[in-house]
Amino acid sequence: MSKHHVTTTINGEAVEFLCETQETLLDVLRNTLNLTGSKEGCASGDCGACSVIADGTLVCSCLMLGVEAEGRSITTVEGIADGEKLHPIQQKFLEHAALQCGFCTPGFIVAAKALLDANPNPTEEEARYWLAGNLCRCTGYDKIIRAVMDAAAELRGEARAA
Amino acid sequence: MPKVVFSGSETRRFTGGRTELEVTATTFRQLVRELDARFPGLGEQVEEGMAVAIDGVIYQDAYGAPLAEGAEIVLIPKIGGG
Amino acid sequence: MNYIVPQSELKIVGTSPVRPDGVDKVTGRATFGADMALAGMIWGKVKRSPHAHARIVSIDTSKAMALAGVKAVVTAADFPEIPNEEAFVGEGPMNFRDLSRNCMARDKALYEGHAVAAVAASTQAIAEQAVDLIEVTYEVLPHVIDVEAAMAPDAPVLHPDMFTAGIEPKPTRPSNIAKRVSFAKGDVDAGFAEAEVIVEGRYTTQPVHQAYIEPHACVAQVATDGQAQIYSSTQGQFMVRAYSAKILGWEIANLRSFPLEIGGGFGGKTVVYLEPLALKLAQKSGRPVKMMMTREDVFRASGPTSGAVIEVKIGAKRDGAIVAAREVLKYQAGAFAGSPIGPGCMCGLAMYDIPNVDVVGYDVVSNRPKVAAYRAPGAPITSFAVESAMDDLARKLAIDPLALREMNGVRDGSKTHYGVTHKDIGFLPVLEAARNHPHWKAPLKPGQGRGVACGFWFNIGGESSGAVHVNEDGSVSVVSGNPDIGGSRASMAMMAAEVLGIPVEQVRPIVGDTASIGFSFLTGGSRVTFATGMAVTQAAERVVEQLKTRAAQIWEIPAEAVEWKDGKAWPAGLNAGAFEPLSLAQIALKAGRTGGPISSEVSLNAQGAGAGFGCHICDVEVDAETGQVKILRYTAVQDVGKAIHRAYVEGQIQGGAAQGIGWALNEEYIYDTKGRMENAGFLDYRVPVASDLPLIEAVIVEVPNPRHPFGVRGVGEVPIVPPMAAVANAIRSATGLRMPDLPMSPPKICAALDAAAGAKAA
Ligand code: FES
Ligand code: FES
Repeated sequence: MSKHHVTTTINGEAVEFLCETQETLLDVLRNTLNLTGSKEGCASGDCGACSVIADGTLVCSCLMLGVEAEGRSITTVEGIADGEKLHPIQQKFLEHAALQCGFCTPGFIVAAKALLDANPNPTEEEARYWLAGNLCRCTGYDKIIRAVMDAAAELRGEARAA
Repeated sequence: MPKVVFSGSETRRFTGGRTELEVTATTFRQLVRELDARFPGLGEQVEEGMAVAIDGVIYQDAYGAPLAEGAEIVLIPKIGGG
Repeated sequence: MNYIVPQSELKIVGTSPVRPDGVDKVTGRATFGADMALAGMIWGKVKRSPHAHARIVSIDTSKAMALAGVKAVVTAADFPEIPNEEAFVGEGPMNFRDLSRNCMARDKALYEGHAVAAVAASTQAIAEQAVDLIEVTYEVLPHVIDVEAAMAPDAPVLHPDMFTAGIEPKPTRPSNIAKRVSFAKGDVDAGFAEAEVIVEGRYTTQPVHQAYIEPHACVAQVATDGQAQIYSSTQGQFMVRAYSAKILGWEIANLRSFPLEIGGGFGGKTVVYLEPLALKLAQKSGRPVKMMMTREDVFRASGPTSGAVIEVKIGAKRDGAIVAAREVLKYQAGAFAGSPIGPGCMCGLAMYDIPNVDVVGYDVVSNRPKVAAYRAPGAPITSFAVESAMDDLARKLAIDPLALREMNGVRDGSKTHYGVTHKDIGFLPVLEAARNHPHWKAPLKPGQGRGVACGFWFNIGGESSGAVHVNEDGSVSVVSGNPDIGGSRASMAMMAAEVLGIPVEQVRPIVGDTASIGFSFLTGGSRVTFATGMAVTQAAERVVEQLKTRAAQIWEIPAEAVEWKDGKAWPAGLNAGAFEPLSLAQIALKAGRTGGPISSEVSLNAQGAGAGFGCHICDVEVDAETGQVKILRYTAVQDVGKAIHRAYVEGQIQGGAAQGIGWALNEEYIYDTKGRMENAGFLDYRVPVASDLPLIEAVIVEVPNPRHPFGVRGVGEVPIVPPMAAVANAIRSATGLRMPDLPMSPPKICAALDAAAGAKAA
């Protein structure tokens, strides 16, 4: 069986790759393109560690096929920072100690980015429900939520939340 | 003299149910030998599988621990953790 | 107490700097287990038993080997037989025969998911195909899942050579009860005779998985001369080296073990599963081999903690003084002996000063995956029972539940039923902080309930190594042998920086592989900040001594005439001479001329860990329609000795509490009648998500441990101990229902509410 040739955009760059029909986008990212920032925690859409943004929509890359990336624009955790300059969400994760092991962190950062793109001024409850698709076993979520709320405030140009 | 307390079945099965013993040992190594002489097999049990609390301070490995006059020595199962 | 830096003068310890490995982790650059790749790497996959209990009659690997792309297949026949003996290897008694058989079944498969063979192939897809082509003939045997069923005399026996230890005379019939342990103090019958109020209960808990989000993963490489490397996500690179070498029959020096970033462990990554298989496959194929568990594999084949049955009885005087307690604990070990029954017998009643106590525990095998450590192993289970009973006792006595604990709580000099006299503990200050917290006094709305519960853990020390190297430019590298599972790089750097008197940013902490740093026990038991922190602190102190000596040489004065302050050498007093202070960088620049590199490595075996206590307050609301329990507010108070990195200490407390809430409300293993797990995925094994939880407030109490240079006790274990009872007691307060069985999931709550309504109507 021959592989599919896929042309897509990843983190703003034009990318071409070959993949099998059944290969997930997550496997392509990790194994073919060496973008290992997206993590596999379950491969069934339940943990959010593999979160990417596809044409503005937050998706689990373990549930998307590599071939479905054709013609789309994909953002992974590797594309969140602007070169060496961290995105405010990343910066706030560091300041609030919102990661312990850090395995869930890429997924949370991508999911939080999608949240704040869609809703720049979420309530804490909205943030908790939006991020309910991302599992973190280490932190109890408290510091993650604070980091996201603080990043939202900063992105809105407001003074730092307490 | 230091006093050894046997609180659990892992030591009491060697001591025939006895719960305390005064010892003459002044080091942990001497203690192990003394216990083994008194209750055959207990020395090895202590050496291999037990932690020691000396006056409330827990030693997982007590080779270097001093046994002061009147010290209370308690043998407990070794403790791991997550 | 003699702290190396007076507590009032601490500059770095107790703050919350950004962690040194943080940027890598928020940008996706950090290399976790499954992110590792080597040139020419192929993929390994495990074939697992579909049966809960079966004799392996034969394994035919010929079809798998014939498949194009398959490079190697291994079964138990590729590993040496290991005799049945226990060795203590730091994490607890370890029977290497059992460990070897858990990694790869020999003769019998003892649980669904038990590894029976493994393959390595050029792609993941081929490896999966090859797994299906391995033909295993089984003779299916009757199985047993439930702990009390496994203890029954007619239960199917897992190990014909297992005779219950701790019973005299030695039994003549094999049993699934691996051992019986007991502790006693005073005269428990006389104690109960004297009691004026008695509470009793029978409690059950389910096995719960550590559920780290990163599945186990490793990459192995073996050269033809036998030199091997293993890269893995683990709580201990030295553990991986020792266990793998033992299982393979290799020499330790031939194996170099590299710790990768670890995506959570909580005790579950304190053993090996894949590593010996990957090494063997790599040796046979001559290629680097990568292996990863799927989430299903993680649930079916790696360690949860025990499920248990606990019977508890507590007797008190009218005034609240507890006079007697009895506990019987039956802990599941999984397929091989070794549940945390010892700590289970000790921890539940360790918090109260009770004159008459009798505790009996059983370690029981059944056809489930072998348990692994999980935060404060054994303690949460017993404490669910004891702390629920304490709540009942407070109600019966009409005493405030915190007051009952204050009255009976242990303090320095209290003697536990396991014999140890508590020393330098902070239980009462924890209770006081809970009582004074606004949460305790906040009003509740109708239908809401508040519960309180406490928890204890020993914390441990153990063997650790730490090295401090001063680099040519005055920057400092700190190397430790413990994987950083929750911010320990930061705390190591902070302690070193504090001693050296330099900014923490000037210190670069590194986790070394087994050839780069002295032996270190694994990361676990809340020991790293205590024990490894002690090694790093001592190494830094030695470096300070060297720096002073070098400054003395530069100034041509005696070393005693040099003082180290604020990261600089100063002449001590007027007599020493009038010299400008020398910074660390200035001294480092001249290191070559003053005697060579400045560095120190300290290896030690830290003793005298300080026990930790916690007290949690929980508010809930119960939806009578759906049975759903909503956690409204949660406060976790804990004595940590000294918080090195405050935010990560809070994070440990919050994370432990969240795991405990999951254990309380939702998490369990569900088996079908054939002994197969039905919920081996995050959809059906439901860990708490962000919308399930409120803000969890962590309240840090600091009663320093006098045996640590900064007063550290350890943090990570205690916070998982109180939550199950705190939630249960809150539900009791909200609904009047005592829920003795975990998890307190919606169906159980509904059934209990219905039963209560029925009883009222009748
Ligand atoms: S790996 Fe995709 S959701 Fe878990
Ligand atoms: S930080 Fe470990 S899973 Fe979230």
